[in-house]
Amino acid sequence: MSSRVVFKTGDDISTDVIYPGRFMATVLPTETPQFAFADEAEFNKKLKNKEIPPDSVIVAGKNFGCGSSREQAASCLHGHGLYVVAKDFARIFLQNAINLGLRTIICPQIEANEGDELEITPTHVKNLTTGKTFDIEPLPKARQAIVDAGGLIAYARKKLMEEKGAR
Amino acid sequence: MGMTVVQKILARAAGLSSVNVGDVVEPKVDLAMSHENGALVINQFNEVFKDTGMEPKVWDPKKIAIIFDHRVPAESSKTATNQKKIREFIAKQGIVKFHDARGDEGGICHQILPENGYVRPGYVVVGTDSHTTSHGALGAFSFGIGATEMAAVWALGRVLNVEVPGTIKVVVKGKFKEGVYPKDLILYLIGKLTAEGANFRVIEFHGETIKKMSTSGRLVLCNMSVEAGATSGIVPADAETVRYLKEEAGVKGKFDMVAPDADAVYDQVVEIDVSKLEPQIACPHTVDNVKPIKEVEGKKINQIVIGSCTNGRLDDLKVAADILKGKKVAKHTRMLIFPASWMIYKQALKKGYIQTLADAGAMIINPGCGCCLGVHQGALGDDEVALSTTNRNFKGRMGNPKSEVYLCSPAVAASSAIKGVITKPKKGGKK
Repeated sequence: MSSRVVFKTGDDISTDVIYPGRFMATVLPTETPQFAFADEAEFNKKLKNKEIPPDSVIVAGKNFGCGSSREQAASCLHGHGLYVVAKDFARIFLQNAINLGLRTIICPQIEANEGDELEITPTHVKNLTTGKTFDIEPLPKARQAIVDAGGLIAYARKKLMEEKGAR
Repeated sequence: MGMTVVQKILARAAGLSSVNVGDVVEPKVDLAMSHENGALVINQFNEVFKDTGMEPKVWDPKKIAIIFDHRVPAESSKTATNQKKIREFIAKQGIVKFHDARGDEGGICHQILPENGYVRPGYVVVGTDSHTTSHGALGAFSFGIGATEMAAVWALGRVLNVEVPGTIKVVVKGKFKEGVYPKDLILYLIGKLTAEGANFRVIEFHGETIKKMSTSGRLVLCNMSVEAGATSGIVPADAETVRYLKEEAGVKGKFDMVAPDADAVYDQVVEIDVSKLEPQIACPHTVDNVKPIKEVEGKKINQIVIGSCTNGRLDDLKVAADILKGKKVAKHTRMLIFPASWMIYKQALKKGYIQTLADAGAMIINPGCGCCLGVHQGALGDDEVALSTTNRNFKGRMGNPKSEVYLCSPAVAASSAIKGVITKPKKGGKK
């Protein structure tokens, strides 16, 4: 199955760009997607009008999600069912994404443009448009367990049950 | 093999004799801080308990702190309703370290925590705010997390799956020239390391300059360590830490003075001599786009901002008042001052700084996060330029993606207010 690149950004894209501070009073994951990339009017409009199908891809440079700890920056993209393929991610954003189930792919050499079709596997990203293949860096090991559990809520609930059950 | 400060703190908090970089641990939390985003934490916290048959109950109400600062007083009915929900939760759970939007106890979370003695050396502190790195200034391992991560902390009392970070040692020597401050040092360091240079790592500060630096200055360094991507900044606790906690925060008793081992292993060592350092400016739209002031002198400014968790403390207001005494803010320029807490506001009132700054033409707004993140009080117009002592200059940060934000020290901000253009301080006031 292939996924289309619908948006390409450069390095150091901050959470202020992904989810501007003035919308931070909106917190619920069911409500945040409307403000994803609110200041990138054209992309935001396409997202809101459901012109972008789930499993579409944002391709980013280094340090995607730097800045604030606001979880809205991850939940707003998760709500649209997107992938983010970046050269690397800022720590808190990556953590939030994994906790919520936003699919984040660390792909240090990625080369792709808007409109390209990508095939994403557990080990590599293949750009079907250019024919080039790029390796994926595994998630920090502390985070894989949370992905495997289906997100942090489920992971924490399991821990809670184990502990209270043992009493 | 020796351990860094953060390795030692994590080992203790995880009940282990030692930890190595890359180990996965579940450290116990000594203090868990949230602000208005507590509304989302509450939502996620209730989700954790869903279908468990258990009543949602926080692990230890004494170890949770909630401070309203991001939008005080509420700028919208939505915020006001969120704040109301949080107050109800606080009452139900018996959380005591709660600072509402009030003139007797309020302020910005990263000032309220140290000022009330909530942070101690050796603590593990987490906060749903990226600038939680600030509290490393008191020798704690203090880092930002998301709301769902905090929900797990509220339920379990520990942070799940922390990977022990590597550490960059920064050794600072030399005496600041007049008009040059810790803010200039941290901007210089961020420029050198880049915005992701310290990603997933801790910055541990050492050297004679740090030893002589006040806790206020150390808070500036640790606050902005996150702008180089660091998990946390930390200054190992020393005599100044004890002085601050006893004299300024009114804390009694003994402290866990965690120091790194002499043979601790660092990922990188950076040495900086500040004696020749000039005032530094972070230019739009990234914090690591740092230039010495001479490269941007004369740039016209529409709005000057002094305040925030980075530079809204009493010494910052004193520097600004010393420079602006008897002077006027330029006609085409607006100036906003927001002290980091009401305690600081009232101290500045007593010392006359507020009077001096208002007489010069500055508007004094209430303590809180104010215009730093573009929520309310001081948005920028299209193509306008701000010069600010805050910590971020990302596109859209002050509420308008068509504006620009430059970052600087309070001395540069105050000096620049007079002509309304970026101006090197002639003298800096004493700090």
